[in-house]
Amino acid sequence: MIIDVFYPVLLFLLLLAGIWTVMTLNLLKSAIGLALTSAILALLLFRMDAPLAGVFELSVCAGLITVVFISAISLTKPLEGAEAQARDRSRIKRFIYLPIIVAIVGGILYALHPHLDLFLPPDSLETDVRQVLWNVRRLDLVGQILIILAGVFGVVILFKDRADTKGGTKS
Amino acid sequence: MPVLLIIVPLLALLALNLPWMRLMNRLALWVGLILCLTQACLVIYAPAFFLEAPSLWLGRLFLFEPSVDYLSLVMFLAIAIVGAAALMVCRYSIHTAAEPGTCANNRFLVINLVILALTGMNGVVLANDLFSLYVFLEITAVASYILIAAEKGRDAFEGAFKYLIMSAVATALILAAIALLMLTAGDLSYVNIKLAIMASPHSGVVLAAVAMLVVGLFIKGGLIPFHGWLPDAYSAAPAAISVLLAGIVTKTTGVYTLIRIVISIIGLSDTLENLLLFIGAASMLVGALAALGQSDFKRMLAYSSISQVGYMVLGLGTGTVLGIAGSIFHLFNHAIFKSLLFVNAAAVEQQTGTRDMNRMGGLAEKMPVTGCTSAIAFLSTAGIPPLAGFWSKLIIIIALWQTGHIVYASLAVLASLLTLAYFLSMQRRVFFGKLATGFESLKEANAWILIPACALALITIGIGIGIPWLFETFLLPIRSLL
Amino acid sequence: MMLPVHYLFSTGVFFIILLTVTALYCILFSRNLIRILIGLELLTKAVTLLIALAGYITGHMALAQTMIITLIVIEVVVIAVAAGIVIGAQRHNQSLDVRTLRNLKG
Repeated sequence: MIIDVFYPVLLFLLLLAGIWTVMTLNLLKSAIGLALTSAILALLLFRMDAPLAGVFELSVCAGLITVVFISAISLTKPLEGAEAQARDRSRIKRFIYLPIIVAIVGGILYALHPHLDLFLPPDSLETDVRQVLWNVRRLDLVGQILIILAGVFGVVILFKDRADTKGGTKS
Repeated sequence: MPVLLIIVPLLALLALNLPWMRLMNRLALWVGLILCLTQACLVIYAPAFFLEAPSLWLGRLFLFEPSVDYLSLVMFLAIAIVGAAALMVCRYSIHTAAEPGTCANNRFLVINLVILALTGMNGVVLANDLFSLYVFLEITAVASYILIAAEKGRDAFEGAFKYLIMSAVATALILAAIALLMLTAGDLSYVNIKLAIMASPHSGVVLAAVAMLVVGLFIKGGLIPFHGWLPDAYSAAPAAISVLLAGIVTKTTGVYTLIRIVISIIGLSDTLENLLLFIGAASMLVGALAALGQSDFKRMLAYSSISQVGYMVLGLGTGTVLGIAGSIFHLFNHAIFKSLLFVNAAAVEQQTGTRDMNRMGGLAEKMPVTGCTSAIAFLSTAGIPPLAGFWSKLIIIIALWQTGHIVYASLAVLASLLTLAYFLSMQRRVFFGKLATGFESLKEANAWILIPACALALITIGIGIGIPWLFETFLLPIRSLL
Repeated sequence: MMLPVHYLFSTGVFFIILLTVTALYCILFSRNLIRILIGLELLTKAVTLLIALAGYITGHMALAQTMIITLIVIEVVVIAVAAGIVIGAQRHNQSLDVRTLRNLKG
């Protein structure tokens, strides 16, 4: 069972990492904050007896997606000098309210303490994730193949252009 | 064996992309067309193929027993027809990369993605479990984002980005709803969730889940007040992709899914009924009023699309058999006549090089087929008898009247008049009148656009005339669903 | 005294809602396209946690794990495509500012 002091602490850290991701001024730090959020979520998943999902979260979300974000950031041109300072100031003005709003929403939720009436279904028989993935949700696997194909086509279409535009500017 | 509708396109895609098949790029279009036409023929001539119990080895291999009914059949037919039209417009308007040095052929990739989107929609229609539904919704959506951005203009990226953000938020809502429903049912199949909801209809968790699900689908369907992305995405997309998006993608992912979920899972409560009627009427009127003020051809059609989706949601909101039948029938008709209008928009844009209606005029003189078919399509949209759109609107209005929603019924008639108004204004500015300057050497589009245009126009007329037969075969069986 | 299941669920949902608020705030008020995508990712994290929680509470963890794995695969594809679109938009506008995406109106 995961009911111990770590459960709320991890959840709180998750929220904190999320807020830091949104609040930080540096885009690169923001991407790293996202990776941190993913890592904390992976820890939570491990503690909820979901090791496989945890590994996926850790390797794909904290790893691969961070790489995608960092390469996207490095492929685009950052602002410099006065422009960047103006941008930072306006960001601080817009985002200073976020912690306040989160605190208010949290306070309201805590005060209302809505009563949740859970009607829980009976437990399932299948307990092994590999069994479920292969024997129950095989159609989703077909779906995964399709979406990966879509991703491949998308990357080819969207990224192949750079060679063209470079050639275009040269000639 | 309905599962073949997913497997065969997947195998075809894989075969087209094998390294040694690179030389066969030209085949892609024909493969896509054959897939679409086979699907259409199967629905028309051998519906038993879909309805039979899956006892073959394939059913066992994929462990999947889809619950296909007449509703799904109508959708399969619409997907196939619009898909074929979109593929032909691809051939017409998307050029192969002629410059040396570009390795990949743009049209080839676009055709592949169109086939992928069609497969995804087949999956959406087939799904009998909420999570599979989500997976196929995402396949369709991802293929659409890429297709919108495929021509890489500044507007294309803007439209694609807006669609992506709105659609991703909608997906997150739908997934959260799925998680909450799993909490109540412990399972994700439509049947079990329906049982669980019936066991505890007023639990807060279920209500929250239903609300999130419905809002998510409203966003996907582009209903008021979540319609902001839709005109941008439609008008920024390449011409062929607008046909696909407007004709079928948002209708399948938004409206059909909403109808399916209401019928198979959540049922209609009074609150939901009123919400659907209100949102439907609002979309219908706001869409029509906004369309009046447009000067961009494709933007006007996009707003018109919002307005027509309003009719479908109104029909669903009545909750009666007649209303839902009308809603599905209108969805099918809309797929036909709105694709026809976008096909014509593609022809006009390609031949004149502009979408600004104020700069056009008298094009019917130079492009007689385009002008004529577009007149048929807009008369059908506006609900002029005996064309197809008249009958579906009539059924929806009768259903509204029968359930006592007289105000909504009269609003539907009013919106129909508005539709007539903006289409007359469009027709006058684009096709009728004196030929605008600069278009003296204008030519009619080629066969790749005239064939789908004529076919779609014939279908619209045919449905309008053949309504008694259709009512028996396609609309009455919907009764058995409820 | 609260049942353990209720404690698990209400604590989890409390933080999930707060994380969602953070993510939505980021999506609505960011002006940088990449930051909007980061907000989207945070939203997906909240949903992932909700699915895991639902699976854990109902004892369907295997099903929940399968769902999460599929969800992660889809998430990666969406983010890769989105990154492609953002980079393309930046190339055309020379800016990542969302206010440059105001060309389409009407």
